[in-house]
Amino acid sequence: MYKYDSYDQQMVDTRVAEFRDQTRRRLEGKMTEDQFKPLRLQNGLYLQLHAYMLRVAVPYGTLNATQMHALADIADKYDRGYGHFTTRQNIQYNWIKLEDAPDILADLAKVEMHAIQTSGNCIRNISSDQYAGAAADELIDPRPYAELLRQWSSFHPEFLHLPRKFKICVIASDNDRAAMRLHDIGIQIVKNEAGEIGCAFYVGGGMGRTPMIAPLIREFVPLDQLITYSEAALRVYNRYGRRDNKYKARIKILVHEMGKDEYARQVEEEFAHLLEQGIEPPLAELERIKTFFQPPPFVSSEVETPNAERLSTALEANGDAAFARWVRANCSAHKAPGYVAVTISLKPVGGIPGDASADQMHVMADLAKEYSFDECRVTHAQNIVLPHVEIGRLNELYAKLAEAGLATANIDQIGDIIACPGLDYCSLANARSIPVAQKIAQRFAENGKGETLGQLKLKISGCINACGHHHAGHIGILGVDKKGTENYQLLLGGSEAEDTSLAKITGPGFDEAGIVDAVEKAADVYLARREDGERFLDTYRRIGMDPFKEALYA
Amino acid sequence: MKILTGNDLLTGFVTWWDGQGWSPHVDDAVDVGDEAETILAREEAARRVNASYAIEASLDENGKVRPAHIKDRVRALGPTVRPDLTLKPAEPEALNWVI
Repeated sequence: MYKYDSYDQQMVDTRVAEFRDQTRRRLEGKMTEDQFKPLRLQNGLYLQLHAYMLRVAVPYGTLNATQMHALADIADKYDRGYGHFTTRQNIQYNWIKLEDAPDILADLAKVEMHAIQTSGNCIRNISSDQYAGAAADELIDPRPYAELLRQWSSFHPEFLHLPRKFKICVIASDNDRAAMRLHDIGIQIVKNEAGEIGCAFYVGGGMGRTPMIAPLIREFVPLDQLITYSEAALRVYNRYGRRDNKYKARIKILVHEMGKDEYARQVEEEFAHLLEQGIEPPLAELERIKTFFQPPPFVSSEVETPNAERLSTALEANGDAAFARWVRANCSAHKAPGYVAVTISLKPVGGIPGDASADQMHVMADLAKEYSFDECRVTHAQNIVLPHVEIGRLNELYAKLAEAGLATANIDQIGDIIACPGLDYCSLANARSIPVAQKIAQRFAENGKGETLGQLKLKISGCINACGHHHAGHIGILGVDKKGTENYQLLLGGSEAEDTSLAKITGPGFDEAGIVDAVEKAADVYLARREDGERFLDTYRRIGMDPFKEALYA
Repeated sequence: MKILTGNDLLTGFVTWWDGQGWSPHVDDAVDVGDEAETILAREEAARRVNASYAIEASLDENGKVRPAHIKDRVRALGPTVRPDLTLKPAEPEALNWVI
């Protein structure tokens, strides 16, 4: 993975010193809250319901063991022994004291981490496929390009005061595991008819109060023009994006109102202008970055035996049904013979989605070191991935995960719920998300339908800002404030994957108990009506909303 | 009744105006009548509170102060999903009035 050079380190260290001074001045009364707030937000420090919250950037979700240990140490030393992994592949701490924040940033800088641009109207953490560099279906490893974008967008003087926040995602597989088309810019690395590798640019997607799927703006941008085209796309937005209305300031509104063709035309114009200026980073820099993302030294293994066959052999040798369930649910196809990518579920039944204790973080760090070439990943679904695990060692890894309460077998099943912090922590929320997630997970654990339902992605947001991605859930839930009480709208038919779609509201909302019953009724409609091989989403798309509404509102 | 709340500048923890200073306990909150703006301006300027505001509240049958809005009731005690992290970790039932 990427390693800071002296320039990177100096930038981060300088920022820590700067924020230490700003914090001191605030505490001494030399700065008002109005003056200080934008400065602390630029360093990821929010004021939430119960305390300050610090959001730490995890670039494209990639961490090494040392960094994960450091995150655990921060949870123990400065917070209350846990952290919350987010849908932007970051981590948040909920109980931070202002006076400690500079020390935390200094601790992060020691392990090449920071909280810069995790808030504010700037380019946020670049996200990517959690299986990057491991996935059997990827064209190339997208991480060097994500890193290049990270470097370009960090402290970019032109894009630190955009009309609104800006989110970029880079993937390199046809199977989208990163909600690419629901980003401000979604980049898919593709091969054109001539066999050249480049980028397809999707611009103007997003969730929030006006969900939109990003349209394709350009089919192919050569890889050596990635930054130039990105800059052109941002420039047009920065020039015309609305600053008069916060709710219409995202690029999705601009692309929608301007029209994708006109937006694309203007980007082309700017692109041509920028190409003349030669702003693309030197190829040598990209080559330098690529050296950090070389495949790890996989144990050489004869290629003839397919990984699926190896997995079957491992399952037969073990014979344990729980282990088999976990392998089926939590292991993904790897490009290297003899390996799989393992997803550690942070969704135990009745647990808080995305939360991990400091002890669990230490365990995951140790396991990353021992079983996955010192690497782990945060997923947008709030889980942790060990990207490179030998199939022959799954058995012992599973045992160690189980010992730490980290062996829940439910990836992409109904218990693997994305949930924002909701009204339990967030000052923007209208309703609680976490208790609803807990009750649904418990209901489906008790009725035993979880595994039978197969892939069923359920996503819950506690307000219209959609941090819980409810628009993209096969089943989505949106918490709203109904005359001072919590109410929950049910949505069906969303997808954040390559078949991106936006979920539709079923009808009137439900109270907390009612929404759990409603989800079970929707699941039962699927079970009764599904045809061979159909996921919940497939059945919904085939039979439409009406059968579900009949069951829900009978 | 109208009560005042905010966050402690240093810790960020929730505080309530008790007539003399700021308390972590909502039960200490007092009715400020039409003095809200004056008190908040003074206290913010002195950095004794941060992000402060006035809210509506009422007294329950036992005379306990109960904020009108659910968000402030959650703030008053702590996250409902982590009773161990609330102001009353030994009394999970204390959360009953929040929701």
